[in-house]
Amino acid sequence: MSAAEKLENGGGPEVYDEGPLYASAAKVYPQKVSGTYRRLKWALLIVCLGLYYVLPFVRWDRGPNEPHQSILIDLPHSRFYWFFIEIWPQEVYYFTGLLILASLALFLSNALFGRVWCGYFCIQTVWTDLFMWVERLVEGDRRDRIKLEAAPWSASKIGKRVAKHGLWLLIACGTGGAFVLYFADAPTLVANLFTLKAPLVAYVWIGILTFTTYFLAGHMREQVCLYMCPWPRIQAALTDVDALNVTYRRDRGEPRLSVKDAARARAAGKPAGDCIDCLQCVVVCPTGVDIRKGSQLGCIQCGLCIDACDAVMTKVHRPTRLIAYDTDENIKRRARGEKPVYKLVRSRTILYVVVIALVGSLMLYKLTTRQHIGLSVLHVRAPMYTLAHDGMVRNGYTLRFANKWSEPREFALSVSGLPGATVKSEEADTLPDGRLKVSLDPDATQEIELYVTAPVASAAAAGAPVTMTATDLKNGETATVSDHFFGP
Amino acid sequence: MATSDKIQVDSVTGQTTTGHEWDGIRELNTPLPRWWLWTFYATILFSIGYWVVYPAWPGITGFTHGLWGQSSRGDVAADVAAIQAQRAVTEGGLKDATVEQIVADKKLLSLALAHGKAAFAENCAPCHGAGGQGGKGYRNLTNEDWLWGGKLEDIQQTITHGIRDYADKDTRQSAMPAWGVGNPPALTADQIRQVASYVRTLSKLPPEDGVDVAAGQKIFADNCAVCHGDDGKGKREMGSANLTDGLQLYGGDVKDLIQTITYARNSTMPAWGAKLDPVTIKTLAVFVHNLGAGE
Repeated sequence: MSAAEKLENGGGPEVYDEGPLYASAAKVYPQKVSGTYRRLKWALLIVCLGLYYVLPFVRWDRGPNEPHQSILIDLPHSRFYWFFIEIWPQEVYYFTGLLILASLALFLSNALFGRVWCGYFCIQTVWTDLFMWVERLVEGDRRDRIKLEAAPWSASKIGKRVAKHGLWLLIACGTGGAFVLYFADAPTLVANLFTLKAPLVAYVWIGILTFTTYFLAGHMREQVCLYMCPWPRIQAALTDVDALNVTYRRDRGEPRLSVKDAARARAAGKPAGDCIDCLQCVVVCPTGVDIRKGSQLGCIQCGLCIDACDAVMTKVHRPTRLIAYDTDENIKRRARGEKPVYKLVRSRTILYVVVIALVGSLMLYKLTTRQHIGLSVLHVRAPMYTLAHDGMVRNGYTLRFANKWSEPREFALSVSGLPGATVKSEEADTLPDGRLKVSLDPDATQEIELYVTAPVASAAAAGAPVTMTATDLKNGETATVSDHFFGP
Repeated sequence: MATSDKIQVDSVTGQTTTGHEWDGIRELNTPLPRWWLWTFYATILFSIGYWVVYPAWPGITGFTHGLWGQSSRGDVAADVAAIQAQRAVTEGGLKDATVEQIVADKKLLSLALAHGKAAFAENCAPCHGAGGQGGKGYRNLTNEDWLWGGKLEDIQQTITHGIRDYADKDTRQSAMPAWGVGNPPALTADQIRQVASYVRTLSKLPPEDGVDVAAGQKIFADNCAVCHGDDGKGKREMGSANLTDGLQLYGGDVKDLIQTITYARNSTMPAWGAKLDPVTIKTLAVFVHNLGAGE
């Protein structure tokens, strides 16, 4: 009788009146492990956290009128600085491009190695890893921690707990502290934070992030991945049979036997797997899953079970990589006696790389050819036109100039396409050649009302085309807009 | 539709089912993590805290104000006070400068235009239109047809003291007679038609068919030229209209002109000096001067 039939017949072994609505999550006590992937994780953790804490202090000279912080989100002035890049609010499409690149990179990494983002780079993983390291430092390894948990309260237990939570809070506070440094001049803000002169909002954000870091990395851990994060769900739609996931090679591992039983079975010519059911892969897992049950929601692809299993296999003199980055397809192939196939280069990954290259080049092109002069126009609507003396018509335009240089600039404005037109603006000076001159502050915009007067014959009720061109008097860079000139 | 079903145990996972059945499909009862429940309780606690510090419960005559005494109106008042304090700083320059000095200084000019734009929308737009385009009987501020002058001080003077607002002793005054009213009227209906047609020719507009324009010209010279000038160009010092520019405040059609000459118009503009502070009036003068026709 199959499982489905059993269920259909109502034939379970037991029948409860009511199931539990809530259950406490089983606490995970990950055991210390060492090996290739653990070393890789440590290296990436140091790089990621190092970048996070150090970057706000890296200086970048942008001239006298702009901040000198390499990465700065300047909310009061609506500017974003990233080394040589400065972005204005209306250029937020660069962020769109960045998000597209980020998601494509995530798709690509997923097509190649499954959820490696989760296992190595995700902030939840990185900070949880750091918090577990502190925990191990204070309370000892898995066995000691389980014992300590069960032990009655004593001075030693209280001391350990206080030390652990204190260190966690310290790290959490540093995390929030570093975050606010991205929003103001870092050295100044650090000094102000310690002398209690920083703005209240900085302390509030440090408080919020201290709480979230302490709570999520210290207490919630794998629960974030299992219940809060959408990515484990989304990635199921992005993975395919060729993606290398952390895989228990059950073709090699089953049937599970103890070392002695396996030796006996092999001697008798009976099937014996390499898995000795030592559960080392389970006890080192930061999310507490049993990888031998196959690909699952809780697996973050960190590879620590590979390190654990390799250590055991070495001890029992069996080949390593019983657990490895592999595919279920290869398990089937090996079972059929075929050679495993690793297809990292395939249409899907090629497509991702091509699209990443395209979007990346487009962004690079847009960034390197970014205009430092900007001009936009809005026709005055009330009135659409004014009849002036002597058969002339006047139209008003609201022009906005943008100077994206870090120094003051002067722009010349010329109006073309309208026979007999004259221009005037109280907010601009007139150059000898008749063009208007607008002076702009560094990294700023300037709005002017422009009045264009032309003979009635030049105007049209439906609007005659008119072109306005702003020219940077220093380097000749131009920006052009077109609008209409209305008349009776 | 879910139907009631016995709670069973799934033989594959060992988990119980929820006790509901949908067309033969049963759901495993995966218990929620306990912390989820605690989170729910925490939100309830949070709401109690919220009731204590913020306005929450309605009563018969009022409501609970909360310990922090927050109110949306209070927030607005605080925001307004903050912006006024900010304005006192940024507009310090406007207070001491004359309108000419404001226009000569680009920074003060932008500041004044921004302030003037807002003040115009609030006080002037109901009559003069959102962009100063005016309407019949309401001056179009974007054209050159200034009755009292289009220089900065002229405009400032007009805004401060108004036109025919006799509560203000310095108000602009002029009074065109109603030529067609009275017994007998100063001009007959036929004479008014003739002078109206002549006035149209001053703006190079065609006169009414069959009307004696030469007679109209004589009537104009005898009666109108005193104020409007021999050439009809008007006189700023007495606020008489320029009749040669085709821009007539009450319209340039024969009908409009006959009505204007017969009954006269003499509309009023309030003296804003009594209502607005001097800085606002200065910024309004600068704003109106910048609508395209300033002199």
